[in-house]
Amino acid sequence: MIIASQKPIEEIRETIKPYKKVLIAACGTCVTVCLAGGEKEAKELADLLSLSGDQEFRVVTPKRQCDSEFLEEFDKDVSWADAGLSLACGVGVQYLAERCTGKPIIPGLNTAFMGTNRDAGYWTEMCQGCGNCVLEKTGGVCPVARCSKSHFNGPCGGSSKGKCEVNDSIDCAWQLIYDRLKSLNQMERLFETIPPRDWSTSRDGGPRKIRRPDVAIEEVTE
Amino acid sequence: MSEGKSRLQKLFESGAFVVTGEVGPPMGADAGHVYHAAEALSGIIDAANVTDNQTSILRMSSIAASLLVQQKGLEAVVQMTCRDRNRIAIQSDLLGAWALGLRNLLVLSGDHQSFGNDRHAKNVYDVDSVQLIKMLSDLQRDGVFYNGKKAKGVPEFFIGTTANPFADPEELQLIRLKKKIQAGAKFVQTQSIYDIDKFEEWMEKVRAWGLHQEAYIEAGVLVNKSLRSIEMTQKVPGMDIPDALVERMRNAEDPKEEGIRIVLELIERIKKIEGISGLHIMAVGWEEIVPVVVERAGLSPRPTIE
Repeated sequence: MIIASQKPIEEIRETIKPYKKVLIAACGTCVTVCLAGGEKEAKELADLLSLSGDQEFRVVTPKRQCDSEFLEEFDKDVSWADAGLSLACGVGVQYLAERCTGKPIIPGLNTAFMGTNRDAGYWTEMCQGCGNCVLEKTGGVCPVARCSKSHFNGPCGGSSKGKCEVNDSIDCAWQLIYDRLKSLNQMERLFETIPPRDWSTSRDGGPRKIRRPDVAIEEVTE
Repeated sequence: MSEGKSRLQKLFESGAFVVTGEVGPPMGADAGHVYHAAEALSGIIDAANVTDNQTSILRMSSIAASLLVQQKGLEAVVQMTCRDRNRIAIQSDLLGAWALGLRNLLVLSGDHQSFGNDRHAKNVYDVDSVQLIKMLSDLQRDGVFYNGKKAKGVPEFFIGTTANPFADPEELQLIRLKKKIQAGAKFVQTQSIYDIDKFEEWMEKVRAWGLHQEAYIEAGVLVNKSLRSIEMTQKVPGMDIPDALVERMRNAEDPKEEGIRIVLELIERIKKIEGISGLHIMAVGWEEIVPVVVERAGLSPRPTIE
């Protein structure tokens, strides 16, 4: 899931200052689960922002801001507003912006990463969407996302007592890979040299898209 | 093409116990700083690593400073980390380094940028150090870049790398060292040794794996001149300093002399370890002590090579 956190309230106040009527758009999927931009957070934010003066707020909560199927209500409500404040990830913000000609859509969250919920109020990064998964080689622990240096051939010299040199709140991915491959009896994998990566499947190849002709309704030529 | 070989490579091949040191480029464009450091070490050690923005602190480039070092008669070991450059920039810079007459190369991952003064910088890590060593060794063997294009003029660097006997997980660190050597590393410099017992145990494993026969292994030592210096060293990633040594520095009447004594004791033990081909002396901020250490360790004068 996509993990995000709310921007500081001062920053939000500053960015919405020019607008009298602001539609706060929560999102009912990832950011609801990670407690950053669901309906509850949107209503709390509306209450908080209302305190400081002469602005009006309304809240709308589409199931997903990244999917046009769920945006009918938003489209109606946004006509009332001078601006939209999206509490979705960066995808939602941009998707709403595309639909709102002449109306600013402002981000209320900082989109952080693709990750998981480890404990109450604790999320960690797991995947960078590099487009060429190697998890079968590394015991199901991602060296791209979870090693601070994205090393493919073992830990750097800064790995100490299972922790990363960057700081000891970060587990060394290669310690995790080692422990896991040992438990799987796949130690031989650690002796393989993984060649330089083709990063063109990652963001380095430019903005990515996936097209599936098999599920397309009309044939598309590009 | 033996005439292209570096002095460092020839010395290792001759079986001599090699002594290398370091020149840290300045935080600025001052060539004089580099000349001064090189002059102080010229004739004292066999070659000097010229660090590549060590601990992620922005400094003059290793390649440029290496050329300045060689202008003063001291052979340089160019350092190249994987942190700041992608495969295009790394190879391009190294082609230039070879063309400038630089012959030794030390490939390393590089300390994370969060340690330096530019912690908001982006890092690169397009390739890791194992991949980079292999990329360069293949180029040197076949004259063809990793991208498949033929090189016009092929470098023949004497390629080395680093190893940290004190990092975890120990077995995986050894596997990685083996991979670096298989990839083409011909010499290895270790992280600074303080815990000599642990280092001896590590060397036992290195010998059991036969790695000392596939690459020349230099033991790293760092000379500390004060309690503060050894305490700062403790904070460097991958360092493992026994409390007893810190206490010795704390209680010393003459911390400078104590720092030298500690290093000399370590060197005595290191010299006796089978499979060690040389010593790499670091003296961050106390470079003028290196000639003293070399002399008092009985490693002077340095051998000459035709």
